[in-house]
Amino acid sequence: MSDAQDRGLSLVDRRKLLMGMAALPALSLLSTPVFGAGPPTSVVNTTGLAVTDTEVTVGILHSVTGTMAISETGSVQAEKLAIDQINAMGGVLGRKIKFVQEDGGSDWPTFAEKAKKLLVNDKCASVMGCWTSASRKAVLPVFEQYNGMLYYPTFYEGLEQSKNVIYTGQEATQQIIAGLDWVAKEKGAKTFYLLGSDYIWPRTSNKIARKHIENNMKTKVVGEEYFPLGHTQFNSVINKIKLTKPDVIYAIIVGGSNVAFYKQLKAAGIDLSKQTLLTISVTEDEIDGIGGENIAGAYACMKYFQSLNNENNKAFVTAFKKMWGEKTVIGDVTQAAYLGPWLWKATVEKANSFDVDKVAAASPGVEFKGAPEGYVRIHENHHLWSKTRVGRAKLDGQYELIFETANLVEPDPFPKGYQ
Amino acid sequence: MIINSRFFNRSELLGFLSLALLLFLILPLTLDIFRLNLVAKYLTYAFVAIGLVICWGYGGILSLGQGVFFGLGGYCMAMFLKLEASSVANTKIQSTPGIPDFMDWNQLTQLPFFWKPFHSLPFTLIAILLVPAIIAFIIGAAMFKRRVGGVYFAIITQAIAAILTILIVGQQGYIGGINGITDLRTLLGWDIRTDHAKFILYFVEVILLFGCICAAQFIRLTKLGRILVAMREQEDRVRFSGYSVANFKIFAFCVAAMLAAIGGAMFTLNVGFMSPSFVGIVPSIEMVIYTAVGGRMSIFGAVYGALLVSFAKTSLSESFPQLWLFGLGGLFIAVVLFFPNGLSGIWRDHVQRHVDRLLTLVKSRKRWSGRSIAVGAPAE
Amino acid sequence: MFGDYSVGDLGAIFAMQGFAGLILFSVYVLMALGLAIIFGQMGVINMAHGEFMILGAYVTWLTSSFVQSYVPSIFSGYFFIAMALAFVASGALGMLVEWALIRHLYKRPLDTLLATWGLSLILQQAYRSVFGAREVGVELPQWMLGSQQITDTIEVPINGIFVMVLTTLITVAVAYIMYRSRWGKQVRAVVQNRVMAGAVGINTEKVDRYTFGLGCGIAGIAGSAFTMIGSTGPTAGQLYIVDTFLVVVFGGAASLLGTIASAFTISQAQSTMEFFMSGSMAKVLTLLAIVAILMVRPQGLFALKVRK
Repeated sequence: MSDAQDRGLSLVDRRKLLMGMAALPALSLLSTPVFGAGPPTSVVNTTGLAVTDTEVTVGILHSVTGTMAISETGSVQAEKLAIDQINAMGGVLGRKIKFVQEDGGSDWPTFAEKAKKLLVNDKCASVMGCWTSASRKAVLPVFEQYNGMLYYPTFYEGLEQSKNVIYTGQEATQQIIAGLDWVAKEKGAKTFYLLGSDYIWPRTSNKIARKHIENNMKTKVVGEEYFPLGHTQFNSVINKIKLTKPDVIYAIIVGGSNVAFYKQLKAAGIDLSKQTLLTISVTEDEIDGIGGENIAGAYACMKYFQSLNNENNKAFVTAFKKMWGEKTVIGDVTQAAYLGPWLWKATVEKANSFDVDKVAAASPGVEFKGAPEGYVRIHENHHLWSKTRVGRAKLDGQYELIFETANLVEPDPFPKGYQ
Repeated sequence: MIINSRFFNRSELLGFLSLALLLFLILPLTLDIFRLNLVAKYLTYAFVAIGLVICWGYGGILSLGQGVFFGLGGYCMAMFLKLEASSVANTKIQSTPGIPDFMDWNQLTQLPFFWKPFHSLPFTLIAILLVPAIIAFIIGAAMFKRRVGGVYFAIITQAIAAILTILIVGQQGYIGGINGITDLRTLLGWDIRTDHAKFILYFVEVILLFGCICAAQFIRLTKLGRILVAMREQEDRVRFSGYSVANFKIFAFCVAAMLAAIGGAMFTLNVGFMSPSFVGIVPSIEMVIYTAVGGRMSIFGAVYGALLVSFAKTSLSESFPQLWLFGLGGLFIAVVLFFPNGLSGIWRDHVQRHVDRLLTLVKSRKRWSGRSIAVGAPAE
Repeated sequence: MFGDYSVGDLGAIFAMQGFAGLILFSVYVLMALGLAIIFGQMGVINMAHGEFMILGAYVTWLTSSFVQSYVPSIFSGYFFIAMALAFVASGALGMLVEWALIRHLYKRPLDTLLATWGLSLILQQAYRSVFGAREVGVELPQWMLGSQQITDTIEVPINGIFVMVLTTLITVAVAYIMYRSRWGKQVRAVVQNRVMAGAVGINTEKVDRYTFGLGCGIAGIAGSAFTMIGSTGPTAGQLYIVDTFLVVVFGGAASLLGTIASAFTISQAQSTMEFFMSGSMAKVLTLLAIVAILMVRPQGLFALKVRK
């Protein structure tokens, strides 16, 4: 590999990277990169990871079966794409990335078991994986005990920080506060109705939202409701919404419930082009199941939309569809999952080592200019600096970008004043 | 039926010894600690499966809510371990140090009253056995006294599993919500996460398992066991003979609940956390399939069933994640349609006579009195 | 909570809330009817009932995609075709399952439970392999969306009305088949005394097969109708199964009237409680109440008196 790449991705000419991404199919056909020219294994791998002179093994740990398979499929696809692209560009420190994929089966102990297998048996240099908070909580002690490196893609509730995890999604404040500020300024919203599925992420997010709404914005929460996962009857709460007439419905409903909720909302005559609804749980992936006509007009607060108009994203979307089919859609989490392998590659090259301790230490400050969302950088707390964006759902199931923060938003997993 | 003065008849002794050989010697010597820990996890389900042999195989009471008891036992253990892990020193970054982290995230500022007794290990150990037993007693007394049984009982236990899951998931401030109780570290200062600890825990579990096997065997051999079988076959005749059918059923159900709870507690110790995903309907039904595969009438079969199905689950889902559900579904159907007596039935019908012949050749002088008494009568 | 509202507003809200309860009632009846036939009449516990519903939903989705791309002119009416196809598909699969699996297990009701659970796992994975793990969105014709303005303040969702009408029609049809037709008489005869029914010349095997098929077919229609209000994914069927069983058991297994009464009670309780507390607690309380009542009155609300 060239010296330029050894010094880390931050130094790679951004255009060259983009060309590499766009030219990926041609590249993989015409010139297979030669692996094995990196620094010697004894130098870059002092802890017995699965690194040879020509190969390095990473793990992919998502649910391919069970209820979460719906959501996690996109992440697996994005991670495989990133690994392919990195390999086409010459791999990491001259080594080809080989991946071992394990199925978490939508079952948290299985996640812990498989994480242990990836770290103990397969000696994976890093693992891209997990989706739900519960699965992450289950594997966290495993990663800390066996000193592994996890790249976790989902936006989540915060309140966590670990040497062994890089959180490539947003923590709660990054996703919530800018969106609420925007809706207050733009729509003059004074009253909010908070809805959520009954588990930790919606509850914590709504807690932060409530604090912000009441203490900082000096406005009012007129209702807060939670439903069991998989709940499909929302007519009663829709009536309550009609009764309280909130300026904004703030919805954090997940999974199959989502579909039922938006269909029933529409059927009940709540017109999302007039009633402001802000969600942080519906990505393009979910709209696929909900149906664009049922959710058109709703606002979502994310860091990435498939429709983002920048060169990185265009190349990413093209490559993704080329690999996984024209019909696939790309949501916020899928993009965050795509960042994992790239950030890991950049960090390894910055540290000039695969050792987990060195990678963890080198992580703060690592940046990725080729990110489809624009530009990201790892913070000292192992979360990403990234922008917050508000999009509006269209009939075709895509979001139209309405607003984005001018600067990168600092990740703050333990927000003071919001606990 | 089973009339035998000895505790184990010959073929059971054979089963007992070979299982002991497998669990005490072969597995620990051949598997690395990672796989051995997996075996320990599988064996926690064997406790539940043995309980189901008593209450379903012998008593004819199919409970689809064993996950409830597994979960209760597991949660009791997890609460104790979590309190130990949440010492003031460990949790000083929280706004209220000294309480479990998830309570802090949910703005609880002091320990809820029902957590307080779990500071004590003896209380915890008693609770692991008593809480499920009491709940099983309440459910059982309410249902069996009114002669609810069979299908209705199965569906109601299923509903109870659903209720408990929703309740746990909904009360995340008090009991950890869907994430469960995670990050358990030490037991009385002894780090349970190390390889060494896992090794010791494995043996503790196997010893406990053999204790439970003997207890189950004891129940089976006493008059009680025979009444259970009689009840399953002809409930009314037993009732007319003057026995209180309900009380026997309640007893069997409580025993099954306690066994499940022991399994749950060992699960928490071995795996290091507990979550509502073991309480719900799906895990509860999977627990039944362990018993069905092993043979609902066979205590040893239950252990092998739990081991084999879990092992198949792990290895199939490792290599063919897509096929796993087809395999599991097919297994359910095959066991029900073709092998109603599970592995032990296959053993009895196809293997044992060869073993018998072999043994009679060796000890041709002694006569053994047929094979059918070994494992009990078939279900129908 | 109600302080700031005029009497008219409140009246409108309560009217709509009552309507929400009725919609839930229709949904429960639709879910439970098929199961009530299978469980009540045949004593078979079909744990794959939810998967038969989802088959109906997928058939609806396929029909909608097909009509959209090939015969868009009939799109506004495709839903009726889809429901008919869903009935046929689920019913046919049901009869196949009865032939291959269930008929061997009539004497072992608990075993049908395990076998059909296995079947449900297989079906789930089959849906996942064929249609993908993601949920599919069924596009509805325009006239089925939105709501109907009744007064200035009262709005009623059209899909709700549709489900209610559909439920009424199907219930009437089932009641007719079971209580007025010759075939229904045979079914009831088999329920009450299988041996005797066989002795008087009823082909009990055939009756069983068609009864099972009918129950599954109704599940298919239910699944088709639920594409309007819920999600269609490989595992969506599991969301309904416990509720459905409780409705049937609570009503008293062998009674159609009981199923309807219990669906009404449960839906009204649930939707009223949901209005006053969070969805999670409402669900727990409803389930607890059902279980408690079942413990006191295990035979359910309406029990058929049969000499055993």
